[in-house]
Amino acid sequence: MRTLYHFNGGVHPPTHKTQSTLSPIAQAGIPSRLVVPLHQHAGNSAKPSVQVGDRVLKGQLFGMPDGSVSSAVHAPTSGTVTAIDMQIVAHPSGLPDLCVTLLPDGKDEWIPRITTDYLTTPSDELRKMLRLAGVVGLGGAVFPSDLKLRPGAQKMKTLVLNGAECEPYITCDDMLMRERADEIVRGAEMMRFMLDAEEVLIGIEDNKPQAIAAMQKAVSDNSFKQMEVIAVPTIYPGGGAKQLIRVLTGIEVAAGVRSTDLGVQCFNVATAYSAHRAIAHGEPLISRIVTVTGNVQHPQNFEVLIGTPINELVALAGARPDTNGHIMGGPMMGVPLPSDRVAVTKATNCIIESSPALFPPPPPALPCIRCTRCVEVCPAELQPQDLYWFAKAKNFGKAQEFNLFDCIECGACSYVCPSNIPLVQYYRFAKSEIWANEREKDAANLARERHEFHLLRIERDKQDKAEKLAQKEKAALAAKAAAAQSNTDTAKAAAQTGAGNDTSAIETLRAQVRETAHPEAGLTKE
Amino acid sequence: MLIALLVMSILALLLGAVLGFSAIKFRVEGNPLVDKIDAILPQTQCGQCSFPGCKPYATAIAAGEADINRCPPGGEEGIHKLAELLGKEFKPFGEDTAAPKPKSVAVIDENTCIGCTLCIQACPVDAISGAAKQMHTIIEAECTGCELCVPPCPVDCITMVVIRENITTWKFHYPAASLESDANKFITRANR
Repeated sequence: MRTLYHFNGGVHPPTHKTQSTLSPIAQAGIPSRLVVPLHQHAGNSAKPSVQVGDRVLKGQLFGMPDGSVSSAVHAPTSGTVTAIDMQIVAHPSGLPDLCVTLLPDGKDEWIPRITTDYLTTPSDELRKMLRLAGVVGLGGAVFPSDLKLRPGAQKMKTLVLNGAECEPYITCDDMLMRERADEIVRGAEMMRFMLDAEEVLIGIEDNKPQAIAAMQKAVSDNSFKQMEVIAVPTIYPGGGAKQLIRVLTGIEVAAGVRSTDLGVQCFNVATAYSAHRAIAHGEPLISRIVTVTGNVQHPQNFEVLIGTPINELVALAGARPDTNGHIMGGPMMGVPLPSDRVAVTKATNCIIESSPALFPPPPPALPCIRCTRCVEVCPAELQPQDLYWFAKAKNFGKAQEFNLFDCIECGACSYVCPSNIPLVQYYRFAKSEIWANEREKDAANLARERHEFHLLRIERDKQDKAEKLAQKEKAALAAKAAAAQSNTDTAKAAAQTGAGNDTSAIETLRAQVRETAHPEAGLTKE
Repeated sequence: MLIALLVMSILALLLGAVLGFSAIKFRVEGNPLVDKIDAILPQTQCGQCSFPGCKPYATAIAAGEADINRCPPGGEEGIHKLAELLGKEFKPFGEDTAAPKPKSVAVIDENTCIGCTLCIQACPVDAISGAAKQMHTIIEAECTGCELCVPPCPVDCITMVVIRENITTWKFHYPAASLESDANKFITRANR
């Protein structure tokens, strides 16, 4: 029996998971239109590689990765591209972003799919394939997986596969493990091979006995010796990467340290599944499992094409008429969607239809009484009451000093707060303000640098001009001097020749005079 | 008595030597206060403060020759920061200073541009590319929105466009203002 460890705090909210696990994963099918955002991953947006009017096949590239931290985006089915424009996306801001709209032709015609054997393919090649297949972390952070599979300087000891799924209502990983355990463990084995890790620990919360059994069976069927399925205690947020690593290995990932530096890497089970599909079947990431629950008639998990509008998806589960909102994610960390027309993205693990009966508006927030119940439950071991104080006072420097950026926004503090203070909202506000300040500072620094260079350039140009002018003047002067020199020379020469001429002339004259005066003398001379 | 005097004078000489040496060795180039003020200023280089750029304004503030409320792009927040740095009272914008405007970038109407290069010469951060009789264009990422290129244009083809929020620059609002619309409204507190 393996020793498990604990992390600080945690809460036990009602799970509400049973209702959506009663029926198997259903296919959501092809919707009337698909709106695929080009920015569905951490890092840069994908660069569009199709044009309006193009006919595309299922799995064809919509956007190429742009920059080192980026990923590809693909056509979820075959059809015609009808627009590439700004549309409202699944983001709490309700702002538009660049999306490709696809009108499906219903044929669902695939691009040629190439199967690859990971054992005989170089790791670099595999990473490139994962990048072009758009495989990103499906646990919520949507970080490009190829970057996490790069072996670092540190020898990788443990690969943690995250099947904890701690947040209430969400069951997509649970159902995936129950039904497709074999492909998950094969994907995990491939990841282990790429990282050259010694062991794979699959952490699943003990409220999912069926998933645990299915995964154990898959591991023993494949006889993966280095892989172990471990039931971890059910506690929220036990599915946080740092928390699960702590529970399984006892390693505490400190602030500012990456788990890879400590020899541990962590992936979600759905990511392992998608990585397996991408390499072994040549299928890019174009669909995912989404839990549709809350105020619906048949809460259920669906395999949904990326880009399916939410309203068409929830219609399949039978949305009730008193629905007043849609939450993407769980009730603890999820964000309200700006509209029911936004599309499912790679980050969409769950859609909860909310109603006033299900989620009544919270009572008004009361002043903080510094009871520190939030400290007791904080899994990041922060001082939430102080962070709240600083965020509320907009004292961001102090909030950062108190490690605001270690907050994983799990909402355990807000959950236990007896004063009903929306603590996480304050932290999110403070974080985004700090990021904005940083961006402004970068812009100011760039402007300062460019202005200084501008002044330098002008100064340099001036000097250059002055120098050129000086040179010109000097040259002119020199030319003048040279000219003057040559003038005197010629004058001298002229004078000399003149003088010579004169003497000879005088001589001749003299001779003539002598001749005329003394002709005989001349004769005698001759 | 004599020894004490000797000791004291040797000490004095020694310390004097150390001080003299460090005064030369650890001399601070320039005024560090100017750099601190300059770091707070937004670096638009717009000259709305009546100085030819942010650095000259920072120098003037440091010398006590200029007020701290002359920088509209820095906004009231900038004045607060300057007041805090200099230990002065906050001062609202004076009547002779323009009101702060939302951050914008210059955009050249490329159909109208005649390629006179006057705007290129006016730009304090070299954010306009072009050549004589060639169309000019603004490098958006480097434009500070100073508006200095607008008046020299003989054909009025430059307009200032306000930068709108997008997904990456969007900020979460202060909770009190948007309590109703935010995510945590749905926290399952009621289910406890």
